[in-house]
Amino acid sequence: MPDVAIAVEGLSKSYIVGHQSTGAGQYTALRDVIARNARSFVRKTRDMMRGNAIVQGDEMEEFWALKDVSFKVRAGDRVGIIGRNGAGKSTLLKILSRITEPTKGRVEIAGRVASLLEVGTGFHSELNGRENIYLNGAILGMAKGEIRRKFDEIVAFAEVEKFLDTPVKRYSSGMYVRLAFAVAAHLEPDILIVDEVLAVGDAQFQKKCMGKIQDVGKEGRTVLFVSHNMAMISSLCETTIYLQNGGVREYGPTSRVILKYAAASQNSASEAPDCDSRRIVGDSYARLLAGGICDLNGAPLIEVEIGDMFKIFMEYRISVDADRRFIPNFHFHRADGSCAFVVSAPNVGVLKPGDYRSECHVPGNFLNDGLYSVKLALSSFESGVDVHFSQDGAVLFNIRDPIDGVATRVGYNGPIPGAIRPLLPWTINPLHGDNLP
Amino acid sequence: MKESSAHNILVIEPGVAARHYWRDLWRYRELFYVLAWRDIAVRYKQTIIGLTWAVLRPFLTMVVFTVVFGRIAKLPTEGAAPYALMVFAGLLPWQFFSTALSESSNSLIGNANLISKVYFPRLIVPTAAVVVSFVDFLISFLILVVLMLWYRFLPGWQILTLPLFVLMAFLASLGPGLWITSLNVKYRDFRYVIPFIVQLGLYVSPVGFSSTVVPEQWRLLYSMNPVVGVIDGFRWAILGGETAIYWPGFALSWGMIAFFLWLGIRQFRRMERSFADLI
Repeated sequence: MPDVAIAVEGLSKSYIVGHQSTGAGQYTALRDVIARNARSFVRKTRDMMRGNAIVQGDEMEEFWALKDVSFKVRAGDRVGIIGRNGAGKSTLLKILSRITEPTKGRVEIAGRVASLLEVGTGFHSELNGRENIYLNGAILGMAKGEIRRKFDEIVAFAEVEKFLDTPVKRYSSGMYVRLAFAVAAHLEPDILIVDEVLAVGDAQFQKKCMGKIQDVGKEGRTVLFVSHNMAMISSLCETTIYLQNGGVREYGPTSRVILKYAAASQNSASEAPDCDSRRIVGDSYARLLAGGICDLNGAPLIEVEIGDMFKIFMEYRISVDADRRFIPNFHFHRADGSCAFVVSAPNVGVLKPGDYRSECHVPGNFLNDGLYSVKLALSSFESGVDVHFSQDGAVLFNIRDPIDGVATRVGYNGPIPGAIRPLLPWTINPLHGDNLP
Repeated sequence: MKESSAHNILVIEPGVAARHYWRDLWRYRELFYVLAWRDIAVRYKQTIIGLTWAVLRPFLTMVVFTVVFGRIAKLPTEGAAPYALMVFAGLLPWQFFSTALSESSNSLIGNANLISKVYFPRLIVPTAAVVVSFVDFLISFLILVVLMLWYRFLPGWQILTLPLFVLMAFLASLGPGLWITSLNVKYRDFRYVIPFIVQLGLYVSPVGFSSTVVPEQWRLLYSMNPVVGVIDGFRWAILGGETAIYWPGFALSWGMIAFFLWLGIRQFRRMERSFADLI
């Protein structure tokens, strides 16, 4: 099995978590408090005698962060890992990087592993940039000679030439992140494990990092990449693992898995892929209730054929009678993160408090094939520009191109680039009259 | 967690101790140097007198002890050696032992961010911390040289055996250091125990006085404290013929050191795999 880089079999990891027994907040009598603390002391002492860890709270529960996870990754694959917070992504990466031990199961890894679970692990704020490059490199497992050889490259990538002798505590957060990523990016492992580290840094640097990770993949190395950013995952990874409640829910081609994931959070915008907690999206004027795409009869969809018309909708609540014109706008993004276009609803009148649904018809033969992520936003312009909510990646859908019989293909079967692929009216006329029969 | 040399395949399974743990440790030696270098580099950053602190602290302690024990309490020195020199020959290993013990005991907690984010043999962390204390020891050693010149005291051939006793001090601090630092990850209570042990130990160990003042019948029991053997050894090596080693006690000290080292490494290796979950 030389072409399998990572083989995971029945991997499980459990933690013991403690709770305060219900009604703990209601203790008022000093006697109860003392009794409870005494019990807790006795229990902690007993735990220590037995060599168990101390658990806060007085009720204990076994929590399975990972449960019977099995999958195989071929050498040279770039694999994305998605899932909500608490789905087990980080635990999986920690086990694969040998930081923590599994409770059950078995992992076989062929090759040298480097994991990047955090940007700038071990950076010391008192040391200067140069010293931190050596420190961080050694922590990530690079030999001194290797760091020295790549030193100039690292500095150039991080764009910190002028500040090499400044302690990193004086660095701006952007410089700090750039330097930290630069060191990690110049590791040469067989398998690279990356946790949500690119969420920091500005857009331009993120692009540079993505490019670097792509290069790593092209060099035939295996990459495992965790992110909440579907656009990044889909542009970086061919296959994706979707973890849910500690188990593998789906493992396959990225676009299919992302759509499954999107479908699971469809129609409940406050649970959109980008934001994992059920938090309220909106301000005191308005909040987002739901969003998605559907066919012309209102049946929800996650995938549309390139020639079909569909509707994209958003439901929201106006809470204040503010005498404002609340304007819904949709920002369509391609999988690589670039913005394809923005549409806003024209002719919106003043909206009274209440729940509304805005729908926008998207014609067939207009979008290109591939994955789109839509930001749903609501703005008003009565006092400058007010954005009441703006939810990135609230709607995800795929435009499928069956190739056969697609009007915009005109017989060509290869990939067609571009953000949109509209069917426009054409005329073709002869220039000179003598072409006539 | 083992690596088969044939296909270089790493296997991760619960409860499987690393087969090549000690080889791994050797492979990560560069990280060991780097961590020690980091701690040395940042030790006196943003201080005004910098390295002078490493000289000042033992020097002032020596002055106070000489006055209190030598002049006021009028305790006897060892042979004809000046009292100050006798105190300093004991203070040197004591300072090394106590800083090494407290640094290594807090080392895992102090490097929690590394432990929860990167893999490496964890034994590197407390060991590197002990090495850092060794740098302070070397600086203090310079004071000893100056003192000897001042008192025109010429050491005998015994001084050549000093590295042996330095190694003894190193092992004496590493054993309990490993034991406490791994327990510290699970039970933070130990963090408060260490300053207390160090303070108490200064008076329990023969730092300000010679161990010859301890009555003969208690001498063996007194040597249960491994530092007693270390200090006696240092004084013998530095003051030369002026002193004699109490051999049964010295052997007992080595026994205690070996016991603590075994205890420390065993505890550390047993808990090592769960450090990231507990820290």
